[in-house]
Amino acid sequence: MANHALKEGFARILFLAAAGVSILAVALICVFLFANGVPAIAQIGLPDFIFGTTWRPANDVYGIFPMIVGSIYVTAGAIVVGVPVGLLCAIFLSRFASKGIARILKPGVELLAGIPSVVYGFFGLIVMVPFIRAHTPGNGLSLLAASILLGIMILPTIITVAQSALDAVPQKYYEGALALGANHERATFRILVPAATSGIMAGIVLGVGRAIGETMAVIMVAGNQPVIPESLFGGVRTMTANIVIEMGYAADLHRGALIATGVVLFVFVLLITMIFNAMKKRSEAR
Amino acid sequence: MTNATLTKAAPTTESLTTASPMKAKAKEIDYKPDVKKSARASSSLGADSNKPVTVKMGVYDLDLYYKDFQALNKINLEFPENQVTALIGPSGCGKSTLLKSLNRMNDLIEGCRIEGEITLDGADARKTIDVNSLRRRVGMVFQQPNPFPMSVYDNIAFGPRTHGIKSRSDLDEVVERSLRDAAIWDELKDRLKKNALGLSGGQQQRLCIARALAVRPEVLLMDEATSALDPISTAKIEELVGELKTRYTVIMVTHNMLQALRVSDKTAFFLLGEMVETGVTDDIFTNPQDSRTADYVAGRFG
Repeated sequence: MANHALKEGFARILFLAAAGVSILAVALICVFLFANGVPAIAQIGLPDFIFGTTWRPANDVYGIFPMIVGSIYVTAGAIVVGVPVGLLCAIFLSRFASKGIARILKPGVELLAGIPSVVYGFFGLIVMVPFIRAHTPGNGLSLLAASILLGIMILPTIITVAQSALDAVPQKYYEGALALGANHERATFRILVPAATSGIMAGIVLGVGRAIGETMAVIMVAGNQPVIPESLFGGVRTMTANIVIEMGYAADLHRGALIATGVVLFVFVLLITMIFNAMKKRSEAR
Repeated sequence: MTNATLTKAAPTTESLTTASPMKAKAKEIDYKPDVKKSARASSSLGADSNKPVTVKMGVYDLDLYYKDFQALNKINLEFPENQVTALIGPSGCGKSTLLKSLNRMNDLIEGCRIEGEITLDGADARKTIDVNSLRRRVGMVFQQPNPFPMSVYDNIAFGPRTHGIKSRSDLDEVVERSLRDAAIWDELKDRLKKNALGLSGGQQQRLCIARALAVRPEVLLMDEATSALDPISTAKIEELVGELKTRYTVIMVTHNMLQALRVSDKTAFFLLGEMVETGVTDDIFTNPQDSRTADYVAGRFG
């Protein structure tokens, strides 16, 4: 009996420790980021850092506004490309595809998730960039290329999460709609998709999280000029790209400014997660 | 009891008359069977038992298979208009299967095959009527209340919107009329914007009845619609069915023999995929011709 209690107590501590590891990791990252980034922000001055439009480390001028705008543009572009395609694909897989087609499509989507981002970058650089260069002003390394590439990269996340949300909608809603004389399409788009809204939203958050944090593929196709892009065909530098490109040789305040860029990125992801959580809660309460 | 039913019935008759201008208005966006129906409804309100019985739906030599398993065997049954027909029998006897054949919900089941004829107003329901318009004309209420996870208003409005009613004022009228017809308007009129999943089980089921009525069906199928509900909600729905039959043909599957006795005009008893006996409800319960029926209604098996 005592032996049993001992075992249970041990198991509980083991599980608690496992759960504690992830919390600890988040906490450590927070401490590291803020401890290294905040002093740099203080030295530069918060308004100058966030809203300064000039990034010139050689002169100790650190304004990351172009990179903030770049990250927002690229992520928004990825949403515009990825969400409609991903959502329709999830609906197709969940409610329209025959078993045979699903058997081919589903592994394809899963494979898309497994491709390393540097390979996506290569694809963008070799295929998309020359194509864009041939058909638009500019050299092809552009906001457009980054948006489309990221849009493709977030597809598997959105498709997988949205599809499982759609699959989880009770069949009784579908039957209820058909029994009122609705056809399959109407039952799907007017009843099943709205019923799966919160799950679909969750998929979009994850996709946005992936898009805003993506680095390698973006660096390879975006051009990386630290200026606000004047058009879809102009180059763009994201916050992640900013850090990776310069971290290798940065020192002192320059290094601090790059870590501070990471702080801003972190706050962004936090905000997005909170906004979507609030939306999710509201759609569930409704 | 009779008195109570009469007084309870009165508001519905009233709502019928107040509803008639809406009906006239909705006609142009609705379907022609309604014109007949409103005429019938007024005449049937007066003399219930004396009017000639017409067959609303009929099932003739119906065989139904799930892959190799024969679930229904040569069923012949007619459902009289403006009456309540109850299908009774032990679990697995095929009564729900038959009900679901009437609005072709069985089509969703893989390997389901039907032979024989099902008619609606004399027309072959499977060959000459489009499946979506069949399901509009033959509404269904399920065993488990299944309101959509959206507002009460949108639940009711989904069917009419599906069939082309777009204008807000028309929809408002349909929603109010349907909720009144399902005797739940007073409870829900202040909660139209609230999510239907927040309602009690009994309210949800009456909402589902209202939702079915919103597309102006001619026949209402009820698949053990009260089996998941408490006795008070059940009593409300039974009372409602008694009122609905003045305008609709009701076909209900029930496990509850007393419910069949209380509510239905005609009863059909099923056993192992066969229809053993059918007739006027009182006769089936007091003077069954088949010994198996006698044993079942006496509660000797089930």
